[in-house]
Amino acid sequence: MAKEVSPGVKALRKVVEDVYADARKAHAEGKLVGWSSSKFPCELAEAFDLNVMYPENQAAGIAANRDGEIMCKAAEDLGFDNDICGYARISLAYAAGKRASRKFDPETLEFIIDPSTGKPLKDENGNVVIDPETGKPKKDPKTMQPYTVLDDIYEIEALPETTEKEIAYKNFRREAIKPYRQMRMPQPDFVLCCNNICNCMTKWYENIARMRNIPLIMIDIPYNNTVDVHDTNVAYGRAQFDAAIHQLEQITGKKFDEKKFEHACENANRTAKAWLRVCDYLQYKPAPYSGFDLFNHMADVVTARGKVEAAEAFELLEQDLAEAVKNGTSTTPFPEKFRVMFEGIPCWPKLPNLFKPLKANGVNVTAVVYAPAFGFVYNNMDEMARAYYKAPNSVCIEQGVDWREGICRDNKVDGVLVHYNRSCKPWSGYMAEMQRRFTKDLGVPCAGFDGDQADPRNFNEAQYMTRVQGLVEAMEANMANKEAEGK
Amino acid sequence: MSTEVMLNEFKEISQHPYRVLSQYKQEGKKVIGVLPYYAPVELVVAAGMVPMGIWGSNSKTISMAKEYCATFYCTIAQLALEMLLDGTLDQLDGIITPTICDTLRPMSQNIRVAMSEKLPCIFLAHPQNRKPSFGLQFTMDQYNHVKAELEKISGSAITDEALREAIKVMNRNRAARREFVKLAGEHPETISAVTRSAVLRAAWFMEPVAYAQKLEALNAQLSALPVQPWKGRKVVTSGIICDNPKLLQIFDDNKIAIAADDVAHESRAIRVDAAETGDPMMALAQQFADQDYDVLLYDEHSNQNRRADYVVDLVKKSGAQGLVLFMQQFCDPEEMEYPYLKKALDDAGIPHIKLGIDQQMRDFGQASTAIQAFADVL
Ligand code: SF4
Ligand code: SF4
Repeated sequence: MAKEVSPGVKALRKVVEDVYADARKAHAEGKLVGWSSSKFPCELAEAFDLNVMYPENQAAGIAANRDGEIMCKAAEDLGFDNDICGYARISLAYAAGKRASRKFDPETLEFIIDPSTGKPLKDENGNVVIDPETGKPKKDPKTMQPYTVLDDIYEIEALPETTEKEIAYKNFRREAIKPYRQMRMPQPDFVLCCNNICNCMTKWYENIARMRNIPLIMIDIPYNNTVDVHDTNVAYGRAQFDAAIHQLEQITGKKFDEKKFEHACENANRTAKAWLRVCDYLQYKPAPYSGFDLFNHMADVVTARGKVEAAEAFELLEQDLAEAVKNGTSTTPFPEKFRVMFEGIPCWPKLPNLFKPLKANGVNVTAVVYAPAFGFVYNNMDEMARAYYKAPNSVCIEQGVDWREGICRDNKVDGVLVHYNRSCKPWSGYMAEMQRRFTKDLGVPCAGFDGDQADPRNFNEAQYMTRVQGLVEAMEANMANKEAEGK
Repeated sequence: MSTEVMLNEFKEISQHPYRVLSQYKQEGKKVIGVLPYYAPVELVVAAGMVPMGIWGSNSKTISMAKEYCATFYCTIAQLALEMLLDGTLDQLDGIITPTICDTLRPMSQNIRVAMSEKLPCIFLAHPQNRKPSFGLQFTMDQYNHVKAELEKISGSAITDEALREAIKVMNRNRAARREFVKLAGEHPETISAVTRSAVLRAAWFMEPVAYAQKLEALNAQLSALPVQPWKGRKVVTSGIICDNPKLLQIFDDNKIAIAADDVAHESRAIRVDAAETGDPMMALAQQFADQDYDVLLYDEHSNQNRRADYVVDLVKKSGAQGLVLFMQQFCDPEEMEYPYLKKALDDAGIPHIKLGIDQQMRDFGQASTAIQAFADVL
């Protein structure tokens, strides 16, 4: 997609890299590393200077690196049904010690290359080099990858290391684990669970706690049936914050640092506000970037919203976007003909496939539900509790519709593309009614397709292409009607 | 009344909840539908109304519910919506929608939207951190909301006395069911798997006092029976629900008796009573807090395998030789806890099978083969 990367985007990438790198370092130094659900109040852990990793973000990365399937299957072999959310399956397999690794020859300790991988070799003029023997394009050996195999870190650690050969083998096997950051995340010493986005979290994190025999801190945010969060709910959330602080004090042996907490809250608010402003740039017509980019930046909101670096990086991106708007440029690699809201989490393993027909038809994603759903802004602990009740999947249908219709209006969408995400029951469970409301209230066409955020086996490309086509036709017809009315 | 006549009455009610509902309405009673799980039916009873459990249906097919629901949701939830949409439940005066799993969360919204002009929907969100004082308080807050909504429907206030009385009624009702479960395990020659299920299922449809009286009478007769040696096998059942007579017939055909159960629709729902003294609302909150060993409920000691250990213990104490897990399709809470249940069973040397089921199953050929094969290894 976009070739040139703006300073803001670079900064955002670095923030996430650093979060992972810091955690690896902490783990190596014997410090505690926790795993947390994405909408657990990170401010609490920040107050204790804890290194925290985010399995949902990790699972998305693993899926985008095409290892979703092998990890999902590994979880299924552990007995977890393939019906369970793909993020949970990937994370549970990982917690159990399973890793996507690179195949190698145990004798020579050399990787075994998969001939189906790799990009075509190009000469100095950029032309594809043809292999005279086969008449087919030659592969660039640098881009070819070993076969992917499943490994298990606990199996590796149990290997003998007496002879030199054994040591070399063991070390090589350790290093063969795929080197991207999500596959090298440290195992947890404690887990932080907040089930505002789904109840699947509850048992997912309990399973991790059991597997690793580690403490679990649970902040339970019950589902809401009204737009307003009741005071009784706030009181319940607030009391749990206090209990969580107490538990964290026990785990870390430190006292809760009010100053650090306030500082983390400041950062979280600053990040949230900058995030919302960045999201608002999608209101420009044409938009200076694609909503798909927001999905990538979500990693920062998830893993680092309590850190000043994240706030600063989003503010930097904001400047880039202001500049782009001034210059009339966009990172979207095609002219924007239609604007749509993409409903749901994308199918990470299939991003290029998702993008293809959109690009072909000039469809830019200018609204994603995560925009408002991550903008937790608050002034005190009670408001913070209230804010954490307003997560995607924890709000009533009216609030859900209101969020979406708000961004659809502000970001001037012509249609809505709905991902019926096989992984996410709480999210997909009221989409049919929402679709009806979008069409009724906004007069825009909607199209739904079946997919999965992490398990590539649940995505049907042919169906997706047809549905996008249908949506494009409906949007065209709508536009033609509007034009005719205008005349 | 002979045991057989009594059992037939339970069967009739179990098979025809619609008739029971109509009869209550004819008698001028108000009836409140209660979806799973852990709704405080005591409040309905205290309001002078009849609680009616809604656990899907074994005879309906999903059709109208498709307007609201993608395919990958359990049939229990989808068929509940179906029956609300197709008019089967038109006579209800209200419905309580708990939201403890990820299917019931959005389903509560679909039901409220679909029923907006037809039926008052009473929302209920239980806390997971239910044991600490703030959890108890939140449960009471939620139950007070349910209470207020029920009062609107019944037209009169629920007094503490009435609630205390209702608690007594439900305690008695649960005690009778627990006793029946025990007796059914001891007398499989009299209580087949099919019959056992019908008796327990009827509890969700009948007025609690009437049910308790009838069941106590049946229990008295069962306890008077001499214990006979059982030539078949005994198992413990586990899962959300297994009330399909055709499926259970396979157990009877293979002489597999149900010694005890860890089923949400059966024993999980009746394990814990509420205190009959003190503040009745607090008693109900404490009752919910005391619910335990459940795939749907948070376990504070999650690094242990308490729930699976509990089930293993149940198998051992009941004298069963194995466990049959009825896995509802698309039920992620139950699926999530399967690996650790399996581990505990394997460690204890207890054989088990996992049967994938749903309520639209009409052909039980595969299940029959699996159950037969399982009986052979027991
Ligand atoms: S919110 Fe949905 S996608 Fe996210 S973890 Fe829960 S079930 Fe999975
Ligand atoms: S069967 Fe499972 S998924 Fe369905 S309502 Fe019950 S707990 Fe939820």
